Amino acid sequence: MSNLLDLEVKKIVETTPEEIERVQNWINSEEYKEKNFARQALVVNPVHACQPLGAQLAAHGFEGTLPFVHGSQGCASYYRSTLNRHFREPAPAVSDSMTEDGAVFGGQNNLHEGLENAFAIYKPKMIAVFTSCMPEVIGDDLTAFIKNAKQKNCVPKDLPVPYANTPSFNGTHIHGYDSMLVSILQTLTEGKQIEGRCTGKLNLVAGCDFNTGDYREYKRILKEFGIPYTVLADISETFDSPCDGTYSIYAGGTKLEDAADSINGKATIAIGPYATPKTFGWIKDTYSGKHVTMPMPMGIEKTDAFIMKVAELFGKDVPASLKNERGRAVDAITDSHQYMHGKKFAVYGDPDYLMGYVSFLLEMGARPHHILCSRGSKKVEKELQALLDTSMYGEGCKIYMNKDLWHLRSLLMTDPVDAVIGDSHGKFATRDAKIPLFRFGFPVFDRVNKHRYPIIGYQGAVNMLTEICNKFIDIKDETCADRDFELMR
Amino acid sequence: MSDKIRKIEGITKESTQAMIDEALAVYPEKARKKRAPHLAPNDAASGCASVKSNKKTVPGVMSARGCAYAGAKGVVWGPIRDMVHVSHGPVGCGWYSWGTRRNMMSGITGVTSFPMQFTSDFQEKDIVYGGDKKLKTLLEEAHDLFPLAKGISVLSECPVGLIGDDINSVAKKSAKELDIPIIPCNCEGFRGVSQSLGHHISNDTIRDYIIGTREYAEPESPYDIALIGEYNIGGDAWSTKPLLEECGFNVKAVWTGDGELEKIAATHTVKLNVIHCYRSMNYMCKVMEEKYGIPWVELNFFGPTKIRNSLRQLAALFDDTIKEKVEAVIAKYDPLMQAVIDEYKPRLDGKKVMLLVGGLRPRHTIGAYEDLGMDCVGSGYEFAHTDDYDRTAPEMPDATVVYDDPSEYEFEKFADALKPDLIGSGIKEKYVFQKMGIPFRQMHSWDYSGPYHGYKGFEVFARDVDMAINSPTWKLVKAPY
Repeated sequence: MSNLLDLEVKKIVETTPEEIERVQNWINSEEYKEKNFARQALVVNPVHACQPLGAQLAAHGFEGTLPFVHGSQGCASYYRSTLNRHFREPAPAVSDSMTEDGAVFGGQNNLHEGLENAFAIYKPKMIAVFTSCMPEVIGDDLTAFIKNAKQKNCVPKDLPVPYANTPSFNGTHIHGYDSMLVSILQTLTEGKQIEGRCTGKLNLVAGCDFNTGDYREYKRILKEFGIPYTVLADISETFDSPCDGTYSIYAGGTKLEDAADSINGKATIAIGPYATPKTFGWIKDTYSGKHVTMPMPMGIEKTDAFIMKVAELFGKDVPASLKNERGRAVDAITDSHQYMHGKKFAVYGDPDYLMGYVSFLLEMGARPHHILCSRGSKKVEKELQALLDTSMYGEGCKIYMNKDLWHLRSLLMTDPVDAVIGDSHGKFATRDAKIPLFRFGFPVFDRVNKHRYPIIGYQGAVNMLTEICNKFIDIKDETCADRDFELMR
Repeated sequence: MSDKIRKIEGITKESTQAMIDEALAVYPEKARKKRAPHLAPNDAASGCASVKSNKKTVPGVMSARGCAYAGAKGVVWGPIRDMVHVSHGPVGCGWYSWGTRRNMMSGITGVTSFPMQFTSDFQEKDIVYGGDKKLKTLLEEAHDLFPLAKGISVLSECPVGLIGDDINSVAKKSAKELDIPIIPCNCEGFRGVSQSLGHHISNDTIRDYIIGTREYAEPESPYDIALIGEYNIGGDAWSTKPLLEECGFNVKAVWTGDGELEKIAATHTVKLNVIHCYRSMNYMCKVMEEKYGIPWVELNFFGPTKIRNSLRQLAALFDDTIKEKVEAVIAKYDPLMQAVIDEYKPRLDGKKVMLLVGGLRPRHTIGAYEDLGMDCVGSGYEFAHTDDYDRTAPEMPDATVVYDDPSEYEFEKFADALKPDLIGSGIKEKYVFQKMGIPFRQMHSWDYSGPYHGYKGFEVFARDVDMAINSPTWKLVKAPY
């Protein structure tokens, strides 16, 4: 016996077509669903990524900032390529390429050499360091390492080098986003608080949002108000930079001085209570002015709440332009709600996105029939249930916490819906279920320009509405009998 | 190998070295010393590597490299379609590598083929208490839920090796209990210097756990071959396998694109191994040669010139039946390929291309570009070894720049100096160069196109290269005001 498993040598046996057919039917059955939901250890097609990916996103949101992965180099390549594929934009980041000797001696030498090289070659204004698994498992002390790096002049003493522990075996990308963002703000605002100073600005923490259109939309809304603002972690230029024959490694981001001065802001709104709890908690304890955390303004009601909060914080009336915009969005909704009314949806994604999808669907008279969260908490579940309880269209809708897209497939097969809202990874399940997938989440690898179309604000509601309704109409046109095919829809 | 040494006007050893020196000027001294031996002008006459390779990446320079896990999961094991491939450890690695390499699979998803992400999604408690128990349960669940999977691979991510889990004994025990092959692969990302070690480790696990454990049901024939190092990117194997069959061969197994575990396990009975990606699978070719006496031959399926040479090289190892069939195939496709060249060459003649890919294509695709009249003015690899660079030297024009594991900065500098008409590299590079207005094709994934292998592939390749370079959209980059 030559092999290490002591397996018997056998003739190749092809699986019979009957057996294939049996299993093919079986995986769509109620019996299979129960088995599938009884899984304890195996995760199949998860919705979430790991912390450092979110950390890199946050780092890209600041001017002249080089994301720096302390850990194995493959990690950096994975985060970068994921962001490249979603945005179809560059995502420059370096790694200090820890290998076996790092496991033995720790990663300090790699970190120091990496900082020195990265600074010399890429001339960043800030280096944002975050960790992947290896240094987290072996227990590298980033605080000491970075202090030593500055003492050794690997980088100038005044170069901001915020750092965050972002272990991949804890939480998801949204938690890494939060940890990196709070560390960047802590670093930049250190010693910048000035008694009695007020920038007069709104600090908008946009949350772990992978849609550049959303950032532009927030800014447009604030411009309509005439309110000066600082978006914290502004990726809108970084990941939507012009193609004009030149490449700039640092294409955009919040100005470091604006971020530093944000501590003296008039007010701060942190979007996404599940993606920014650490950041918000710290801001609340530290920043001047008022502080509020708010859900992603998806749909009309949540956008109303956002607009009213902005008006309240700055003692301003809602400008006529926004009132009209709201009216136009509602006009679009009342004109087309019939294509969504009563339709059943399955939705999945990060908690803040889920709150938005559910709120939007309920106000359209659609049913968020299956709500699936890959990594959530009791709190998320409770809040989703409370949202469902506000509407008769939420009756009978079910929430599935800590489940994956293979669970979702079972749900789609045994308790069918009309469509799914999620990200590109849902396409396998929706193809099997023969229903459309609306890609409003992250990542979108298989459709173009989705990240440029906002899903927040009144405009975002119109965008989602248009995409969903027209798809349902397309399906009707493509599948109806000849005699039912008509000009009007 | 090309017959004569080619030169590119304006490129000399001196000009290339000056360009390299300039690119390195910004580096701190230690980094410059480390990087310098990895960049050099090609010495075509020597037929030898002009650069050092397979060394640790310099920290902080922005390398394009991945890790051993990427080489094991993404490259060697992942494409086997009828297995469950478990990314063992935290959720990220498997999520990032899920479906992104474009190794296409036939079969019914979740029933007979598994282009999905399976992970143990390690949490803090798994790091503290170890993940072996979880793995055992996971293997049972996978076998239960996916009963037609022919086997399971367990691909370790960084923490597994660091916390001292023993996946080998779990795999061995579970394989007995479940009566299916379960292959433990200790391919933690911190091992080695690049994806390359992941290939080697995976080859070793095929050697240790798989090869020789199955036998083909049909009787042997003198024309039984295996196609090794063909990953079916964008459907490549669906071009090359039928081509080899048309030449009279029985392709008994494909390693590993659209591959089937049992057919791979029975490969020890074939008469010849035909290898395409030498870098990732030469190890098993050598093992099968030593252990089972199976000879192997390296072929190139990019572009009609290389395909023609390759098929004749192959035919020379067989009898007249094969020789005649091969000549008939060449005679059939030559005019079709000439038509492709006639269509595109007038628009591509004299255009310059720079390449940076993994371990094979920086040399193997040069001929295909040359078939279209293009010149390669720079080439390099993420994770090649000296034997790859030896094979590259004669393929590249003399004095053109060779770069091993270049940083993004170096690559940008070279492109700035050489002003290529096309760059062929990966997703991380693509948008950098497109912002500069330089046409680009992803040469790992065929940029959501393909196949590029075989005669069928050349048509697609030629169309894509023309589309990239001659698209009217590039004229829009500069505003008229």
